[in-house]
Amino acid sequence: MQERLKELQQEALEAIQKATDLKALNEIRVSYLGKKGPITEVLKGMGKLSAEERPKMGALANEVRDIISANIEEKQQGLEAAAVEAQLASETIDVTLPGRPIQTGNHHPLTRIVEEIEDLFIGMGYTVAEGPEVEQDYYNFEALNLPKSHPARDAQDSFYITDEVLLRTQTSPVQARTMEKHDGKGPVKIICPGKVYRRDSDDATHSHQFMQIEGLVVAENIRMSDLKGTLELFAKKLFGEDREIRLRPSFFPFTEPSVEVDVSCFKCGGHGCNICKQTGWIEVLGSGMVHPNVLEMSGFDSKKYSGFAFGMGVERIAMLKYGIDDIRHFYTNDVRFLKQFQVKE
Amino acid sequence: MFVSYKWLQEYVDLSGITPDELAEKITRSGIEVEGVEVLNEGLKGVVIGHVLEREQHPNADKLNKCLVDIGEENPVQIICGAPNVDKGQKVAVATVGAVLPGNFKIKKAKLRGEESNGMICSLSELGIEGKLIAKEFSEGIFVFPNDVTVGEDALEKLQRDDQILELGLTANRGDCLSMLGVAYEVGAILNREVKLPNPAVRTISEKATDYVQIKVEAKEDNPLYVAKVIKNVTVAPSPLWMQGRLMAAGIRPHNNVVDITNYILLEYGQPLHAFDYDRLGSKEILVRRAKDGEKIVTLDDAERTLTADHLVITNGSEPVALAGVMGGANSEVKADTTTVLLESAYFAGPTVRKASKDHGLRSEASSRFEKGVDPNRVRAAAERAVELLALYAGGEVLDGEAVVDTLNVEPVVISITLEKINRVLGTDISIEEVAGIFTRLQFETTVDNETITVTVPTRRGDITIEEDLIEEVARLYGYDNIPSTLPMGSSTPGYLTTYQQKRRTVRHYLEGAGLYQAVTYSLTSEAKATQYALETREPIKLAMPMSEDRSQLRLSIIPQLLEVVKYNVARQNDSVAVYETGPVFLSNGTDALPDEREHLAGAITGLREQHQWQGEKKEVDFFVLKGILEGLFAKLGLEQKVEYLQAVVEGMHPGRTAELFLAGQKIGFIGQVHPTVQKELDLKETYVFELSLETVFAEEVAPLQYESIPRFPSITRDIALVVEKEKVAGEIESIIVEAGGKLLKDVHVFDLYEGEHMEPGKKSIAFSLKYFDPEKTLTDEEVTKVHEKVLTAVKEKSGAVLRG
Ligand SMILES: [Zn+2]
Repeated sequence: MQERLKELQQEALEAIQKATDLKALNEIRVSYLGKKGPITEVLKGMGKLSAEERPKMGALANEVRDIISANIEEKQQGLEAAAVEAQLASETIDVTLPGRPIQTGNHHPLTRIVEEIEDLFIGMGYTVAEGPEVEQDYYNFEALNLPKSHPARDAQDSFYITDEVLLRTQTSPVQARTMEKHDGKGPVKIICPGKVYRRDSDDATHSHQFMQIEGLVVAENIRMSDLKGTLELFAKKLFGEDREIRLRPSFFPFTEPSVEVDVSCFKCGGHGCNICKQTGWIEVLGSGMVHPNVLEMSGFDSKKYSGFAFGMGVERIAMLKYGIDDIRHFYTNDVRFLKQFQVKE
Repeated sequence: MFVSYKWLQEYVDLSGITPDELAEKITRSGIEVEGVEVLNEGLKGVVIGHVLEREQHPNADKLNKCLVDIGEENPVQIICGAPNVDKGQKVAVATVGAVLPGNFKIKKAKLRGEESNGMICSLSELGIEGKLIAKEFSEGIFVFPNDVTVGEDALEKLQRDDQILELGLTANRGDCLSMLGVAYEVGAILNREVKLPNPAVRTISEKATDYVQIKVEAKEDNPLYVAKVIKNVTVAPSPLWMQGRLMAAGIRPHNNVVDITNYILLEYGQPLHAFDYDRLGSKEILVRRAKDGEKIVTLDDAERTLTADHLVITNGSEPVALAGVMGGANSEVKADTTTVLLESAYFAGPTVRKASKDHGLRSEASSRFEKGVDPNRVRAAAERAVELLALYAGGEVLDGEAVVDTLNVEPVVISITLEKINRVLGTDISIEEVAGIFTRLQFETTVDNETITVTVPTRRGDITIEEDLIEEVARLYGYDNIPSTLPMGSSTPGYLTTYQQKRRTVRHYLEGAGLYQAVTYSLTSEAKATQYALETREPIKLAMPMSEDRSQLRLSIIPQLLEVVKYNVARQNDSVAVYETGPVFLSNGTDALPDEREHLAGAITGLREQHQWQGEKKEVDFFVLKGILEGLFAKLGLEQKVEYLQAVVEGMHPGRTAELFLAGQKIGFIGQVHPTVQKELDLKETYVFELSLETVFAEEVAPLQYESIPRFPSITRDIALVVEKEKVAGEIESIIVEAGGKLLKDVHVFDLYEGEHMEPGKKSIAFSLKYFDPEKTLTDEEVTKVHEKVLTAVKEKSGAVLRG
């Protein structure tokens, strides 16, 4: 009997070993440990044993059951883990396939530049002023020290609608309008972005419509050195920390003294390349101290107040910064062009 | 202005400074030098030769066989194709080994069997622009005067061993349209002395006033008119050096008389005009405004019709010159001229500008008058001109001048304090430095304590106020030496207005929703200006458009965006989604500024979503675009206030267009572009919208308030209705919302069926209703009570039949 139990144990353990799935294992459990199983069968013959042997044999039989049971349990865990693994293996995906695209758009490059400049100056205490694109001759020219007979008016041939109304040729009339609203009281600190129009034929470098952004500060004791310091900050922010600026005397009717501002070439760092025409410098904006006539015409006492103004063409900045070769790209809106400006640098 | 480096040295010592260094210094002190041209760049080995013999080439009709003395031991044979080459001429010879522009190397050659040892050159072969070459030499070789020496450097003789600084002058620096003006500028920059010409003129006893009397009717246009008379002039070519300087400055040589007037124009900045005295046909010069319709044939042989805006010089009756712009053909100096009347005058800028503009004639003279000439140089220039006429045209100068002078030249005197200069510039310059700068500029100054008083020379008409003086100080002190500071004083808050912030929100939202921002033109064609306009008014037209395509201001952005879509689709960008914010222009009548309304417009076509390797594709449709707008209004806190009503809009699909109303006010429309328009533009289904952004932003939005998160469950009931096909969902929804009262938290369509199992003309529509009470858990009875009310209302008000 004892041998039979050992035999059964051996048989069962071999069967467990061979089982390859949970179903086979369950059959082994039923066949060896079930009520009609061989161990029960063996124990039925216990009546023939002596009183001393009976408990021993009972204990042995339980031991065999426990061993078989433990082995089944162990095997079952193994098979279950394998099954899970197999399931996961069958679910494997190709992670190198592309993801589901999220279609997004982005700012037009001109807006991108404008907002960057706006944000810089907002941080320095400026507000953003806007004004009409169809302007009175007075604000576009006369209030900016450009009377009707002024020779500089030739330089900016304009789209007139009537003798007194035109498409603004610069964003400066916004400055004149803002100063007028201030009623002779400073400080005025504004940045004025907007579309402007000139009577030019469209080609790679000219556009009858383009964007400007101008800045104006009017307060007591504004100095030319303040203009220089402000523009240095601006150049570094927009074109990189290593940039230097260079001021050159120039002429604009609405400023005196007037300043043309060059930035050290951001492509070659100043050694000379085709972008900077081998000079190491790139002309980026015009500026100057607000002409006393402009202050007076806008209601400011030029003895008490002084100011500086600066302005630049947004297309030019974008073309320089991003290496764009044709100004018309900004207005044809080719999606292949527009989508290149999504990256946040 | 083209400034010859060599010529400039006659007035200022430039030793130790190369042309490039000079250019940099001039640029840094205020006048941009746009380029430095080396005239003889890439040129060498061109000498003066003497044509000893010329005969026709034995084998070629159009070639000449020449024997030329080039200053070497033996003359050389050169084959020359120029029609004007002849025996006895002094010519420019590119010898064997010479290099001409374009790296053209001269070698020994055989031309049709005849040996050729060099080349006789035309001026254009020496790198001179055709329009600058005197007419008689423009079709052939240049012939030198006989006094040149064989073997000498021909380029030197032509003043080509020089460098030219090209000045980009701003409108205020007309003074530098003259060599003398540039000399003053350079003298100030380098702190070197300026040497002026000192004309010495011998006159004969006859008086100019015996020959001519001047009358000026238009004294405001012409406050000063000086006439000199020169007799027994011989018209001939001007000296070579003068021709060379004129060509280098961009002026074509004609003859000695005309060249001298142009030379003085360059030297003094004072335009002069030489009349053939005998051809004037009178002893009178009368300066007056032209009569309307009066005609003159100018030197360029064009007949010009004048108006009373134009100033003319007349011989008392007929116009003989358009004042300050161009002379008349009837009094032109020609080869047979013997007596010259030389005009030196001050014409008012605006008058000259008007005439120059009206006749499309910008001359060297007109551009100088426009910017204002130095009134104190009018006589000096005439004096210098007659000196040269006597020297180089053999003339005899008559005594005195005929003149009308009503010009009152008062020099500008400005006082300024040192404190003001330093306050404006942010510098700490001393009074000595300031005074030194004005001395360099040759401005007369007196210093009293810390106040400096400056008498501005008349040549610097641009300087009239203190700030102009400050600029002079700053530019010669050096902009580099000005420190960098930031504005002092009270700080100001920097911010975007609510409107500007909302505009940025709209941009970011739409871009997140997949639309690219476009920027298009405000000017458009007459046909497109009014298309898709939300509000129509008289279109605004340009007075002088450059093309019909850009002749009117837009009243809508959609036509521009459709152009963008068309452009992209035509270039294989089949899926396009763009938006634009910008103004449209609504007229308020002539001379009043229009209303500029900021609009927002968008256009989409093609695929909305594409999952390529899984083959999913979703075309855009009305509801894609509507969903984008709904999201936008949600972002702006307005989604409850916006209604979409079926509408007919011209150019839009009549069944797929809705007008949008915000709190009852029309704000725009959305829909599919009309199929015929789509076909015209070669587009697939394209959906667009346009909104008045200003109206949207003007709507008040309740301040944001936190609403507590529900602690009690909600109960959902669905209803399916059968209604007439025409019945719109929005109407049923309104009925439900009204009847549902406070407990109804949400209602939305979740199914729509118009298929074959429906009775004809009917559709099935299902709504999901969510009931909720923030205070407690709703019981079934409470919900049923409200829901029954809803069902009754729907049945009664929309004629719906409950389904299932
Ligand atoms: Zn560079």
